[in-house]
Amino acid sequence: MTYKRTDGRKNDELRPVKAKVGVIPNADGSAMFQAGKTIAIAAVYGPRKMHPQHQQDPTKGKIRCTYNMISFSVSDRIRPGMSRRSTEISKITEWALEPVLLLDKFPNTVVDVFINIIQADAGTRCAGINAAAMALAHAGIPMKSLVTSVSAGKMDKTLVLDLDKYEDSEFKEGEGSTDIPITMTPDGKITHFQLDGKINAKQLNEIIDMVQKSCKEVYEVQKEALKNSIEEKG
Amino acid sequence: MNNPNKTPYATADRIIEYLGQSKRFDGRGLEDFRDIEIETDVSKNAEGSVRVKMGKTEVLVGVKMSVGTPYADSPKSGNLMVTAELLPLSSPRFENGPPRFPAIELGRVTDRIIRESKFVDFEKLCIEEGEKVWTVFVDIYSLNHDGNLFDAAAIGAVIALKNAKIPGYDPKTEKVLYEEHTTKGLPLSKDVPISITYYKIGDHLIVDPTLEEEDISEARVTIGMLGDNISSMQKGNEAGIAVEDMKKIINGAEKIISKVHKKIEKYLK
Repeated sequence: MTYKRTDGRKNDELRPVKAKVGVIPNADGSAMFQAGKTIAIAAVYGPRKMHPQHQQDPTKGKIRCTYNMISFSVSDRIRPGMSRRSTEISKITEWALEPVLLLDKFPNTVVDVFINIIQADAGTRCAGINAAAMALAHAGIPMKSLVTSVSAGKMDKTLVLDLDKYEDSEFKEGEGSTDIPITMTPDGKITHFQLDGKINAKQLNEIIDMVQKSCKEVYEVQKEALKNSIEEKG
Repeated sequence: MNNPNKTPYATADRIIEYLGQSKRFDGRGLEDFRDIEIETDVSKNAEGSVRVKMGKTEVLVGVKMSVGTPYADSPKSGNLMVTAELLPLSSPRFENGPPRFPAIELGRVTDRIIRESKFVDFEKLCIEEGEKVWTVFVDIYSLNHDGNLFDAAAIGAVIALKNAKIPGYDPKTEKVLYEEHTTKGLPLSKDVPISITYYKIGDHLIVDPTLEEEDISEARVTIGMLGDNISSMQKGNEAGIAVEDMKKIINGAEKIISKVHKKIEKYLK
């Protein structure tokens, strides 16, 4: 039996996506990214002096990401503060973004990226990375390109794009659910890849193609939001 | 690199010079609030949530509820827990790490504005005496810090509580049914508590400072009122406040609070 999506989406269909740039006036760059009911905001500060000083790199600037969820972004309140999960996602986000950044002109500095999940319905790390990439561009940090993050997965035996919370954590039938968040550059370099579940190599090949295709869609939304922010300023 | 944590001296001098003529940079009078913009239901997994914008200051406040055991000294009464986080996302001066004093004070002062005004009838949040009561969490997050987080947080807390709907609860499984959206609001008093914070800059007293103004103030006094009763106060920072000034603050608060009330009235229904 093939899996039928509860929200009526086609298997290779993203949730409705929204993006906005310049949401935090204090920040050097900021952005909001929404996919369905998942909302992430990101703010960039820097390049600024790296503290603690011993982490300074005299050959290049560094990026430092902090991902965290707002306590009321999920049904069961999360205790404020960093968890093991948010610590890992912060680092994963850093790795996802680092390959496109050109920070060798900013030795001894750090670019701080703060990501907060306002509302969570699965795919929060992808939304966070998408918001962060836009915020970095908005801050004028030299970059080779943006990065775009989309998750795909497998529900029992059916391949689907952009899992929501039910698909990610509540679906238990057959082989259950497999979640594969992937981040890519527009020219097809993978900067972040995770997988939880069970899938064979052939299907995983298909997943990668599926994600690459939809990354292009999301990339256009990110670009559009950045363009709009410039037009608004006139 | 500029020190982002300070208002430059030249700006400070100019602010004080202006205050001498009862003027402020943004054209407000000394006792005027900035415009207040409010958006409710901004985070749908919360029982109630709100985003409050006061000028460029912005806070996000959410209410979550869970079922727990009551405190031994109040077996019939639900619990309130207010926390505040000053997100590094909201200002270059906030850093990651465990909450520091300013965040703790913001949470505690807001807690008392809610608690001491008896805005919430906690006895009505008892499920089973001595065993099961609702705990109401009010979590405050700064999104953009441009001064006067205290009053923005209190407004946010009140409106988030007003908007909150009690989730379903199954006494058999002892589980809270967060997906079950009831229409039952919290047991709240008809009047709402509102706080205003006076900031002392030289010989002047102002309300709702921008960050530039807040930076150069020497002391502040927060007053929480419900109706014509004062239910909580906090004097903060180093400088002393003269008795006459304190009386001026106490006597002037009600008028300003009623103006703030007008600004947020339509979100209180």
